[in-house]
Order: sequence, then structure tokens, then C-alpha cells
Amino acid sequence: MSFVQKIGLFLFAAAFALFTLTLGLERYQLSEATLGIQNEYHKSAILEAAAANGMLGKRYASSFEFVPAFKKTLESAKSQLDKRAKTDLPEGVKEWDFRMGSWQLKDYTFQAVRQSAVGPVSSNPLLFLWMTFGLAILGGLLYILPQWGEIPGIKNNHIYHNAMTRGLTWGWRAVFLSAGIIGLLLYGVYYMNKSYLWPAVSALIALLIIAIVAFGEKQVQKKAPRSASPGTTAWLGILAGVYLIGFYLLLYWMPQHITPWIVIVDPISKVLNGGPASQWFLYGLLYTLIVLVMGLRMMAKYRHNRYQLVRTGSVMFFQTAFAFLLPEILVRLNQPYYDFKNIWPLNYTFFFDWNIKSLLNSGALGTFMLVWGIVLALVGVPVFTWLFGKRWYCSWVCGCGGLAETLGDPYRQLSDKSLRAWKYERWIIHGVLVFAVGMTVLVLYTYFTGSKDVLSLNTETVRTWYGFLIGSAFAGVVGTGFYPLMGNRVWCRFGCPLAAYLGLVQRFQSRFRITTNGGQCISCGNCSTYCEMGIDVRHYAQRGQDIVRASCVGCGVCAAVCPRGVLRLENSSLDISQRTEALRTIHIAEDRVSLDF
Amino acid sequence: MHIVILGNGISGITAARFLRKWGDHQITVVSAETTHFFSRTALMYVYMGHMRFEDIKPYEDWFWEKNRIALRQGWVSNIDFAAKRLFFSDGIDMAYDKLILATGSVSNKFGWPGQDLEGVRGLYSYQDLEYMEAFSLGLKRAVIVGGGLIGIEMAEMFHSRHIPVTLLVRENSYWNMVLPAEESAMINRHIQEHGIDLRLATELKSIEDNGTGKVGAIITNTGERIECGYVGLTAGVRPNIDFLKNTALEIGRGILVNEYLETNMPDVYAIGDCAQVRQPKPDRRPIEAVWYVGRMMGETVAYTISKQPKAYDPGVWFNSAKFLDIEYQVYGEVPVQLADHQATLYWEHSDGKKSIRLVYDKNEGHILGFNLMGIRYRHEVCEKWIKEKTPLEAVLQQLGLANFDPEFFHQYESELVQEYNQQTGKHLQLRQRRGLRQALRFLQQ
Repeated sequence: MSFVQKIGLFLFAAAFALFTLTLGLERYQLSEATLGIQNEYHKSAILEAAAANGMLGKRYASSFEFVPAFKKTLESAKSQLDKRAKTDLPEGVKEWDFRMGSWQLKDYTFQAVRQSAVGPVSSNPLLFLWMTFGLAILGGLLYILPQWGEIPGIKNNHIYHNAMTRGLTWGWRAVFLSAGIIGLLLYGVYYMNKSYLWPAVSALIALLIIAIVAFGEKQVQKKAPRSASPGTTAWLGILAGVYLIGFYLLLYWMPQHITPWIVIVDPISKVLNGGPASQWFLYGLLYTLIVLVMGLRMMAKYRHNRYQLVRTGSVMFFQTAFAFLLPEILVRLNQPYYDFKNIWPLNYTFFFDWNIKSLLNSGALGTFMLVWGIVLALVGVPVFTWLFGKRWYCSWVCGCGGLAETLGDPYRQLSDKSLRAWKYERWIIHGVLVFAVGMTVLVLYTYFTGSKDVLSLNTETVRTWYGFLIGSAFAGVVGTGFYPLMGNRVWCRFGCPLAAYLGLVQRFQSRFRITTNGGQCISCGNCSTYCEMGIDVRHYAQRGQDIVRASCVGCGVCAAVCPRGVLRLENSSLDISQRTEALRTIHIAEDRVSLDF
Repeated sequence: MHIVILGNGISGITAARFLRKWGDHQITVVSAETTHFFSRTALMYVYMGHMRFEDIKPYEDWFWEKNRIALRQGWVSNIDFAAKRLFFSDGIDMAYDKLILATGSVSNKFGWPGQDLEGVRGLYSYQDLEYMEAFSLGLKRAVIVGGGLIGIEMAEMFHSRHIPVTLLVRENSYWNMVLPAEESAMINRHIQEHGIDLRLATELKSIEDNGTGKVGAIITNTGERIECGYVGLTAGVRPNIDFLKNTALEIGRGILVNEYLETNMPDVYAIGDCAQVRQPKPDRRPIEAVWYVGRMMGETVAYTISKQPKAYDPGVWFNSAKFLDIEYQVYGEVPVQLADHQATLYWEHSDGKKSIRLVYDKNEGHILGFNLMGIRYRHEVCEKWIKEKTPLEAVLQQLGLANFDPEFFHQYESELVQEYNQQTGKHLQLRQRRGLRQALRFLQQ
């Protein structure tokens, strides 16, 4: 590591530490001005309650003290309003304007926390923007850019010696997997307002899948497959994973505790869309910057490989232009927030009533967006996948794929290549696809009929549970939080319903395949090791068999790391069924008893 | 029938797999090295931290039990060919009906003074790797003796750990007994570009003891003394057959086998690195210690045992390697010294790291071989051209069919055609660019 790189690493670490620290730098003090509520009845009721319990003017040391106190204040204001609504509702005021809806409580809390903050961050957001985002980017670039000066070639040295990228032992993996599943399902009970039904159904399905895979295995296969680090665990990886998981928990379900971060990016939000930042703006900005900076790292690493350069440029472009900038600009122009490349069923809210209504109410552009989304899902996906394989989306366009291919690249080797993992993969990902389609059918039923109940299923509950379990918990908390624990494509491989749909097309009706180069394979295993989707590429390569697998996202890294020039991503359906046969022998062609090569 | 395979490298394991595929005999694979088969060529990646040892095992551990291939870890010290029994060093013996010897190689030692000191070793086995690993911590310099494929691998391994490396090459250019002069020079430059201390035309004279029984320095034939804490002996390998000397088995440099890979003993076969073919095909060597040869022999012997006798025919020669960052592929005949009827057409990229070489018969005009550096070609296409004795000019015009580089990579075939036009004054055009569909159509013809 050069001196410049060391400085870069130091700057990044310092900026990252400061970024984390900002959450504790602010104090919180409620006043009339910081309440930020338009509704006069609510405002005065809350102020009354706050004055009564001594909250007004009191300074709280952290959001973790402020939020519970404020929630109490809200509760008492709410019960006051409920009481008064029965007796002295003001003339001409609707009851639901007067009373506080439970959906407003979250928003009021978030606004109050955000605006009650006093401290260095809220008084100097620009300074902190530079010292966190600015320095982190600078540090990252100082670390990455010198790599362009090195001799080009595959540099995977010491990935398995590194405390960040080495992966977990079996014990640690079991801890994270079980804690993740159980923890999220328990939190789901709370999320669903103490309803056990859907968490219990999900737990049952999980147990069922475990049972199917376990009982389907022959006795000999029950041995632990080669998927975890045999010796030591990557302790830095564990720290990184825990940090990421914590980040997603806060982002999705407790944004009131990360308001300093949101305040920091306010200046950028105001420039782009004219309004203050939300937690989603923070996430979008962070996501895009990470894809860009780590995209440069990916390009530096594969600077000898034009496929990787073009592909990485593509995910960087689609993330920046389509996922981040264009929707913000649309909002600024009073058009619906719309990501043109986010396709149902990955974009599971596309057919939700509020989205359809918002698009239909937005004139010609909104109608175009609606038609575009439907055509892309129903025509675009099969046609493009037939032509190029699912890579056209998963590793060239998609945002999840974009993050996995940039931030996630150092962890691609941690995917589980065992046959057992493949079995889990097929049950889980197709299960999610069925869930996504079923949920959407129910939601559309409600949209067209107005009835919220289908066979005693409440369509809104189903959709809420899908959003929690798949949309947030799986895609975010596990999907990204597990990068350093189980590889960078956990979501794409096990969870994404769009990947499942693309995969079915790729498996049964596509020109795309990975061809193997005659008898040149030496079974070294680089291809399998660096396959982020956990495909045992070597299994096919060493018998000269072309590869068609539903999960392959066509990242091309297997071909890049192959030391003998054995693998190539290609498009043509000619001979595809014959060349993907399992018993295509390398040397002696059995039927003819003649030599092939 | 009990078939015992001695050695769990690529030859023995390929034989076992195909024996199982084609039959229901009892199969036992014996190895003293490791319990499970691993890719020997990938040992370097374990050292460099690209992969774990688990990752270089091509099959999951349950594979063997599921396919009823018994694995016996142990050292065979003696074989009674008349009684058809193996004797293990732990005193146990095992009967066989058919025996396949696939014992591989050992590193060459040429009687250098000090060659048995601690810290002096070749790189072939898993144990060699562990040995190398044990010496790596705090190592100040390593000297590698021998400019072949393993030598450069070992240099890359130490280099990845930032351990200074000196590479002694007896010849005056790297691997120039196999690589033509231009390609050999390309690798010389590339080795030096990486900061590896390459000493051409330099031989090892002796190895010095540091006073504790470990290596302390080496002396070269030029009289230079190079201090080092490890000496890698990579001056080739020889068949691992010492334990078979003075038995009824007929051996030369390797175990002598006929075209059916049979030894002089009934029901005993030899394959892979340890086998010496009595009458090799024209242009082939009697011992070819190459991964692909081992694999082809394994498959052939399995066919002979489970179906019907099948003569070993390796087909058109091919091989590949990677020298640090430069990939190498060869198909057909690419001799260092051209015979009278042979001629060659060579193009090299201006970056000095990519080249294409075609070898052809200048009397008959047909293609004989391909040598690629930094560019990938399709095995099947090249082989078909060579087998069918396709005229050079036809190959040149269709050359894109062979290109196997990833999408978006620049294609250099037209530059080779231009080179040909310049040399001959002709006006050939490249008619075919890279593409799977066209290549498959061509292969169907």
C-alpha cells in the first residue's frame, strides 16, 4: 500500500467515524417552533401536553431519551383530542381533522426530532457534509485511484487472508442466520401491531423449506459442505455486517434516530428537488455515491477487461441517472417520483392503489409511466432476456445489482457453492416470486373491486407484510447487511422475485449461456470461488459443458478470473441443448468410440 | 471386481469417475497426500489467498461416498504383482483385481551440494505447499531454481507476499525450450516488470548451510552468492516410481506402458505423469506431465477396463498456462526450432503483452499450430483446422471464428492478416469476426 493510499484509508476511516459520531452530537429541545405541525388543533394539544409533562424547554441528551418522552406527550395529546372530539368539536371542523390518526404519530415524531435538534450538526450542516461525505469520498478516491498505476491483471491476492473478506466459520454463520430470521420475524410481530398470524405463517414456511431440503438429501450429503471458512472468522467482516444491519434497521424502522444524517444531506436535497431531505433521500444519495466510488474501484481492479469496464460504467450510469437524479428532478417538476428502470415485481409497490392513482392523475407523462412499467415487466423482460440473458438487467441496469457489483465486489467469494445452498435457493426465491405475484393479484383485486377481503385474507395486511418481510427485511437488512457475512448477492440469489422471473426465462428460453473452451479447464476453482451467485461453474467447465443456469447474472467475473481462458459469456441458441448436456464427455465420445480432442 | 487406483490426482480420479460412470465395480482410491482430490495446479492460489484449500477441491466431500468410491489414505510401500496385493506402510495389505498406477511426479534434484538442507524444496504436493508456508513468515529472500511453469508460479507466490524473489534460469531466455523466441522474450520482460530478479543463463552451483541445518545462501555458476532463506527447486519433475524399482514391473524413466496403458504385469495399468508410453505418437513425448494428458489417460483406461480395449490417443496437442498476468494457450505444433517444411506468422501487440503465432507447412500450405499470448482462442475450432489440414489462407480469413476473448475485447485478427499481406504482398481480407453462432456452424460442418 502506497503512502497516498494510507492517507486515503485514514481520511476515509476518520470521515466514517465522524459520520457515525454525528448521531450522538446533537441535543434535543422541544419548542413551539420545532414542532413543525400545520394542524392547529394537534399543535396546541401537543404543546399543552408537553407543557404539562415538563417537556417544553427541557434539553435531552440524545434522540433515545427525547423520542420516548415525546411519544408520551403525543399519547396524552391524542387522548385529549379524542376526548374533546366527543364533547366540544369546533364548529365546521371534521372529526378526522381534529383527532390525531395513528399514522400521523410517526411523522410528527420524526419532524419533531429533526427540528428540535440543537448542536454542531444542525447549525453547520454544510461543514459536516464536507467532513463526512466529502472526506470519505476523497479518502476513497485517494485509496482507489493509485491502483490504476499498477500492472493490470487479476489481483485477488490475500482475499482469504483478510479479516474483512475471509468470511465466517460455520458457527458464526449459524448465529447470524438464525438471529436474523428469528429477530426479524419477532420484530414483524411488533410491526404488524402485535399480530402473530403472518410472522407465524412465515416461520412455518421457513421450517417447511428447511425440512424439504434436509429430508431430500441422502445421508452422505448431510455433511457440512464447503461453504464457510474452516479456520478463523473475518472479525472486521462481522463488524461491517453488524454496522450495515444496524444501519438498515434504523433507516427502515427508526428514522427518528438518524435525523442528524438527514440534516447533513439537506443542502443537496434542496438543490435537487427543492425540499428538505427524507431518510429515503439520504439513502438514495449514499447509495449512489457508494456505487460511484466503489464503481471506480471495480474499474481499477478490472481495468484490463473491457466487459467489466463497460458493465460497471452501465450500473454507475443507471444508478446515478435513473434511480437517483431523474426521480428527484421529476419531483421538482411536480411529476410523480418514478424510477424508469425499476421493474415489477422487484418494484412491488408498482400496482399499489396509491401508485396507480398517482400515475393516472399525472397526465400524459403519468399514463406513459404506467404503460411503460407494465410493458417493461411483461414484454421487455422476456424479450431482452431471450436476447442477452438476465444479465441485461441484473448486472447492467439494476440498482441492487449495481451495489452488489461495486460495494459488494470484495465479498463475492463468500457465496455458498454447495449443492445444498442451491436447493435452498430454488425453494426460497421461487417462493418469494409466488408471494409477490399473489400479493399483487390481491392488491389489484382490491383496486378494481374496492373489496379488501378475499377468502378471509385482508389484502392490506398481506401487502404490509410483504413490504416488511421481503421489501425491507430481505432486500435491505439481509440483502446488504449480509455482504460481508454470506456474499454480495444474498438478496439477488435467494430473494429477488424479479431475478426469479428473469431466471425462469433465462433457464428455458434464452440465447445466453457461458461456453466452455474445449478441454482447457484445469479444475482450479477460481470461477466457482468468485461466482457471486454461488454457481459451481467448475462443475460444468471441467467436463466441457456449456452453462445455462437460472441464477447466472452474467457478471463475467468467472471468465475474467479464469487463468486458462476457458469461459466466455455468449449469445446464441444454436446447439444449446446438446452442448449443455451433462454427459458431454471431454475426451472419448461414448457413442462413436472416437476421440474428440 | 476390485479396482484399486494408486494416486488421487487428476489421472487417478478421472479413471475412478469414469469407471463408476461405466460400471459397478468396487473402486478404491489410495493416496498418502490428502484425503480428497484437489486441483494440483491451483495450489498456488491457496498460498496467495485467492482460495481456501476447500475451494480447490473440485467435488464436495460427500461426492465420493455417494458414488461409492472408497478413499484410503495411506502409503503403499510395496506391491506383490503376482499375488495382486498392495502392502501399506502401516502393515495392512489390500487385494486388487485390477491396479491403476497414477502416482504422479516428484521434483527433480540434480545432486546440488546442500540440496537436502531445510528450506530447500520443490513445489508439487500439498505437503510442499505447507512447507513453503511454514518458511514464509519473515522470509527475506527466496531463490527459485528453474525457469519452467512451476518456477514462475512459485515466483508469483512469493511475490504476492512481498518476499523478494530471485529466479535462476539455466537457459538464456525464460522457458525457451518450449516458447518461441519472441514469446519467451515477452515473458522475460513481464517477469522483470513485476520486480522479480530474473537471472538468465544462470545455474545453481551449491546451497550453503546457515549453520543451523537451514539454507543461508546459494552460490551460482557465475560465483555469485545470494543470501536467501528458501530455495525452490523447480527444475522439472520426474515420475514418482522409486518404490517400484527392483520389482517385476518394467520401468524406464517412468512406468512403461503400451498403447492400452497396460504395463508388463497383468491387470496393472499406469496413467498420468508416472506413465512412459513405449511408442508415443509422432511429435509426442513418451512422458507428458500435463494435467490434460492425465485426464485423457484416466478416461481411456476406464474405458478399456469397463467396456472394450481402447488405444490411448491424445489427439492434437494443446496446453495452457498463465505467466503472472499473461495467459498462454497453444494448439498443435509450435516448435522452437522450425523444421525445413515449417514456417511461422507472428504478430505482437505494441504493448508487448499479446501475440498471435500461426505455424504452417510452407510446402503444403496448411496450418500446423497456434500459439497465443494474452489472447484466448477456441480449442475446438483450432483443433478442427489442424486436423483437417486447412490451408493457412483459409484459416487467416476465418480467424475470428477462433477468438474466445470476452465481449467488447478488441479483436486483433485483422492485424495478423495485415502482417501476412505485408510479408507476401497479397491482399487477404479477414472475413469472419468473433461470434458463437458462426463458430458453432463451422464446427457442425
